[in-house]
Amino acid sequence: MKKNLMTLAIGATMLAGPALADLTFSSLSYRTGPYAANGIPFADGYADYFTLLNERDGGIGGEKINLVECETGYNTEKGVECYESTKGTGALVYQPLSTGITYQLIPKATADGIPVHSMGYGRTSAKNGEVFRNIFNYPANYWDGASIAVTHLADLNGGDLSGKKIALVYHNSAYGKEPIRTLEELSKKHGYELSLLPVDHPGQEQKSQWLQIRRDKPDYVLMWGWGVMNQVAIQEAVNIRFPMENFIGIWWSGSENDVLPAGEGAHGYKSLTFHNLGQDYPLYDDMKKYVVDAGKAAGAGDQVGTVLYNRGMYAAMLAAEAAKTAQGIHGTMTLTPAQMRDGMEALEMTEAKMEALGLPNFGPTFNVSCENHGGNGFGAVAQWDANAGQWGLITDYFQSDQDVIMPLVAEDSSAFAAENNITAGCN
Amino acid sequence: MIYREAGEYKTSYDADSRTFPIKFDRMGYYTAMAVAFLVVPFIINDYWASAVAVPFLIYVIAALGLNILTGFAGQVSLGTGGFMAVGAYACYKLMTGFPEVSIFFHVLIAGGVTAIVGVLFGLPSLRIKGFYLAVATLAAQFFLVWLFNKVPWFYNHSASGQINAPERTVFGIAVTGPNTDAWAKYLFCLIFVVVLAWIARNLTRGSVGRKWMAIRDMDIAAEIIGVNPLMAKLTAFAVSSFFVGVAGALFFSVYLGAVEVGEAFGIQKSFLVLFMIIIGGLGSIFGAFAGAAFMVLLPVLLKNILVGGLGWPTDLAAHLEFMIVGGLIVAFLIVEPHGLAQLWRLAKEKLRLWPFPH
Repeated sequence: MKKNLMTLAIGATMLAGPALADLTFSSLSYRTGPYAANGIPFADGYADYFTLLNERDGGIGGEKINLVECETGYNTEKGVECYESTKGTGALVYQPLSTGITYQLIPKATADGIPVHSMGYGRTSAKNGEVFRNIFNYPANYWDGASIAVTHLADLNGGDLSGKKIALVYHNSAYGKEPIRTLEELSKKHGYELSLLPVDHPGQEQKSQWLQIRRDKPDYVLMWGWGVMNQVAIQEAVNIRFPMENFIGIWWSGSENDVLPAGEGAHGYKSLTFHNLGQDYPLYDDMKKYVVDAGKAAGAGDQVGTVLYNRGMYAAMLAAEAAKTAQGIHGTMTLTPAQMRDGMEALEMTEAKMEALGLPNFGPTFNVSCENHGGNGFGAVAQWDANAGQWGLITDYFQSDQDVIMPLVAEDSSAFAAENNITAGCN
Repeated sequence: MIYREAGEYKTSYDADSRTFPIKFDRMGYYTAMAVAFLVVPFIINDYWASAVAVPFLIYVIAALGLNILTGFAGQVSLGTGGFMAVGAYACYKLMTGFPEVSIFFHVLIAGGVTAIVGVLFGLPSLRIKGFYLAVATLAAQFFLVWLFNKVPWFYNHSASGQINAPERTVFGIAVTGPNTDAWAKYLFCLIFVVVLAWIARNLTRGSVGRKWMAIRDMDIAAEIIGVNPLMAKLTAFAVSSFFVGVAGALFFSVYLGAVEVGEAFGIQKSFLVLFMIIIGGLGSIFGAFAGAAFMVLLPVLLKNILVGGLGWPTDLAAHLEFMIVGGLIVAFLIVEPHGLAQLWRLAKEKLRLWPFPH
């Protein structure tokens, strides 16, 4: 039995031989399991942007893009399998869309010399590129998110949060625990009282947490949730009649999938974002013409223009721009992961560039450098309009509290460097 | 024709009671060992080690452990994931606390720590049985996961609550951490599997194993013929937890390298290992290997065929995988409730008579 399986498996891997000629990008996606509702639109957006480049421009710099998708189910063991199986195809960059898998990949990818781009998730201190040479998390990270949320609340209260109670409802994992340190630092500065309410994977059971919120009556609730946990939390908040405008989710807790199940009740729910929303951009005309109408859209093709679709597209766009930068630096059209890394480190996102791509004012402008792999930490607050059925920005993009965040980044990254015997530096 | 006892004359008790009484089996066993130790390490690559061989070997250890408790001693346990977490966190604390000691000893001590915890949670087994014991061990599962999430000392106060395996070596060769070679990972786990399987095999056919089986088959009768149920049950819990703890330690340090307790050692891990021994065959050493192979290799194989070979969409393949694996489990249990080990046993019986069955 065992031997038969082995032989079959060998045969199967041989069949799955990679095509090495193109620019290979990997998509560690999850279209199944409790996180699929959020994983599908992101994976679709990521794939569709590359399809668009292939169809419209013939790839990047004349090189066709080969997108290898691998299903992780948000599970770290499958993530390892996916990483190892796509590594051999020469994948240029990994975007696992899972903080757990990112933690797993940080040492592995560094040892293999492959860059990882954890856009708005993963290990926050990877912002310090002198320690995390292969890890990028531009344009914003969790600690930026925590700070942006607190700044927004301070603005609502005329700059003073002292005596206010803020509760954090978080996914009880590395992902959900990330902002705690920053929120604690910020509470010292702003004088609010922080209470922590963990929710265990997958988050379908939150009665006790919301009962506690009902009892403690915090002024504001922040949420670090993902997948089915978001929908349940918003529904529970509606059930206890928590005022929705005082409930703010991180950017991973603010898509259509999360608010729609709660119907009218979710009206006024807020979430953060680091890119623009909607499909009112010239790029979408091309997307419709070359991808959607041509029947080449990924998945069911019904996610176009949703928040997470836009985010997946944005991630693909940043990867494609980094690849172009890398092609420019190294004067070659075919790239290796190491060259891709150089391209990511030299990436400059300017308004002119985004305008040329058909995405004017879509995301923040930033320059990546060796010292700063994390962008400038700009974000905005969006609010759900249940009547119109869409998200709208209610603030401008503003920067997170760098005075609080930078020392934390320095502290955490130097701890990582000491643990792993890394000498920080740009050489 | 070749597979039979005819012509084999046993002249000593030792020869008569050996694990593989038939020469053909013995040759097969020696060949498998030779291939595993002398051929595979030279050809294995990162993919085969990290995605196939290492998880398979680690789950074999966990399945052996649970099989001792459930298959041989008849004590149903749903706490495997929690006990694996104990092994993993013990190993982590030892690795970071005593970096100069060889990881080999850390893994063994982590197994020892898990054995102690296992005995503690095994104490209720003296009073409760069957489903009620399953519920008690389920409590252990949830309590242990909660504990490792709640107390920051266990994860060295890291901000994310994750534990990360630093690089540790055996004889100067890295076996944990990102710079580990595929063969080193594989061999390190293989050595543990071979030694532990050998121990399990010999324990279960000796007096200790006979006591376990007596307790499993009828505990009152066992007590009447002089088996001490306290000792039998607690030794079963200790040995089983030791195995499971070693598996947890390897799972964290060698296989994943970074672990979140709720995700890696949740209730689904307990069920996975339980399915392995049920499908492999309760009370069988071979069953632990067959069950682990079935549950670890089959999904990877299906994925490679459906996505890699046929180029189907990944979500369709993932859903089909659930259905095929689930369907096969049901089919197996209907056709052969005693698992793959029994199928193997029947095949051997038939082979002995072949080609003249009557």
